[in-house]
Amino acid sequence: MNHLASPTRVVLALAFAVVTVSLHTLPALGLALGLALAFALAARQPWRLVLRRLLALEGFMLVVLLLLPFTMPGRPVAEILGFAVSAEGLERAGAIALKANAVAMAVMALVGGMESVTLGRALARLGAPERLVHLFLFTVRYIEVLDREYRRLRLAMRARAFRPSTGLHCWRSIGYLFGMLMVRSLERAERIDAAMRCRGFAGRFPRLDTAEERCPGALDWLVGGTSAAAMALVIMVGQ
Amino acid sequence: MSALIRLDGISFAYDPARPVLDGADFALAAGERVALLGANGAGKTTLLHLMVGLVSPAGGRIHAFGRERRVEKDFFEVRARAGLLFQDADDQLFCPTVAEDVAFGPLNLGKSPAEARAIVHETLDALGLAALEHRITHKLSGGERRLVSLAAVLAMRPEALLLDEPTNALDDATRQRLLDILAGLPQAMVIVSHDREVIDRLATRAVTLEDGRLI
Repeated sequence: MNHLASPTRVVLALAFAVVTVSLHTLPALGLALGLALAFALAARQPWRLVLRRLLALEGFMLVVLLLLPFTMPGRPVAEILGFAVSAEGLERAGAIALKANAVAMAVMALVGGMESVTLGRALARLGAPERLVHLFLFTVRYIEVLDREYRRLRLAMRARAFRPSTGLHCWRSIGYLFGMLMVRSLERAERIDAAMRCRGFAGRFPRLDTAEERCPGALDWLVGGTSAAAMALVIMVGQ
Repeated sequence: MSALIRLDGISFAYDPARPVLDGADFALAAGERVALLGANGAGKTTLLHLMVGLVSPAGGRIHAFGRERRVEKDFFEVRARAGLLFQDADDQLFCPTVAEDVAFGPLNLGKSPAEARAIVHETLDALGLAALEHRITHKLSGGERRLVSLAAVLAMRPEALLLDEPTNALDDATRQRLLDILAGLPQAMVIVSHDREVIDRLATRAVTLEDGRLI
């Protein structure tokens, strides 16, 4: 998996997500989950990390999944504490759980291990608008700088015995914090622009193609073809 | 001897009530290394920014590399010939990888990717930074960032360097390394610094910015 060209991985992840989301029947979704599992195995990611991320996703969906069987109207199959559990609700909850986990696992396996810079380049090579790619790369580059600035400000607040509480003083201070962060970000943007102009920037980004960009090789076609066939099978099962 | 950069009677104010520069005269000749001293907020950084046209003066004239420079278009050439090193390297390094960042200037000056790559290698080698070429810029240490941003400026092959507190916030080893590099460079320099050793070791003369004028 890690030998695949990055654009191939992005395309695969996208195709898998679209196919899985459009499925409706449980057997097809089960098969899709199997395929995602195969991707995950091929990516050889640390299992603990994958599980931890999936658990975070589960926590996010838990309430919806628990409530769906009760709230969806349909044929009742059981009764818990006086509330009817509908078969349709159970099926829908199962489908959502399968879909979400399959897509999450596949995306993690295919693009999760990629450096964000590589992802940006892959998107550019796939024809994503240049402006969006640059915006993405700038965000990646500077989000950490802004985060550091935020932490510095927070630390400075704590150093002067600030503790979050409910009260006007707290809200006003938090307001100042974010206001200051905005001002600093704007100023930094202006300095970056100045630094770029100092190096002759005139509105166009030159490209320096690096060696790691290569055309799809035999492996890319092989994995891509196999995956396409597997997804076609999943769609057929879903019909 | 004709000066590389000459400022005549420059005045400048962010806030009209409190002018930063008020009739400042300055000249940088080839081969000189001028230390620019002055209190915090005296306008040292502003003076450097004026020289390359990042801000424009309210009054006075700026001559650089044989011509008077007035508008943005005039300064395009000045910025290539007088490399400005920013106080905060994070402002300067914005490309994903070191190689791309160092190549950014040369590519803007119309070099082909192959030429730019050759310049990247040459510049990084000269500064002993070849190992950093494929590193991601935001994962560099503070010292590495400063050295790479100097490489990015040098890659444009400038005739003069404008250094804004180059040794600020560097550990001792990196500071010495940067001083060694700077001492070995042929370019004329304007060095803004509060670091005594930088001034003693590098500067051929010093000027102080006080009350908007240079003395």
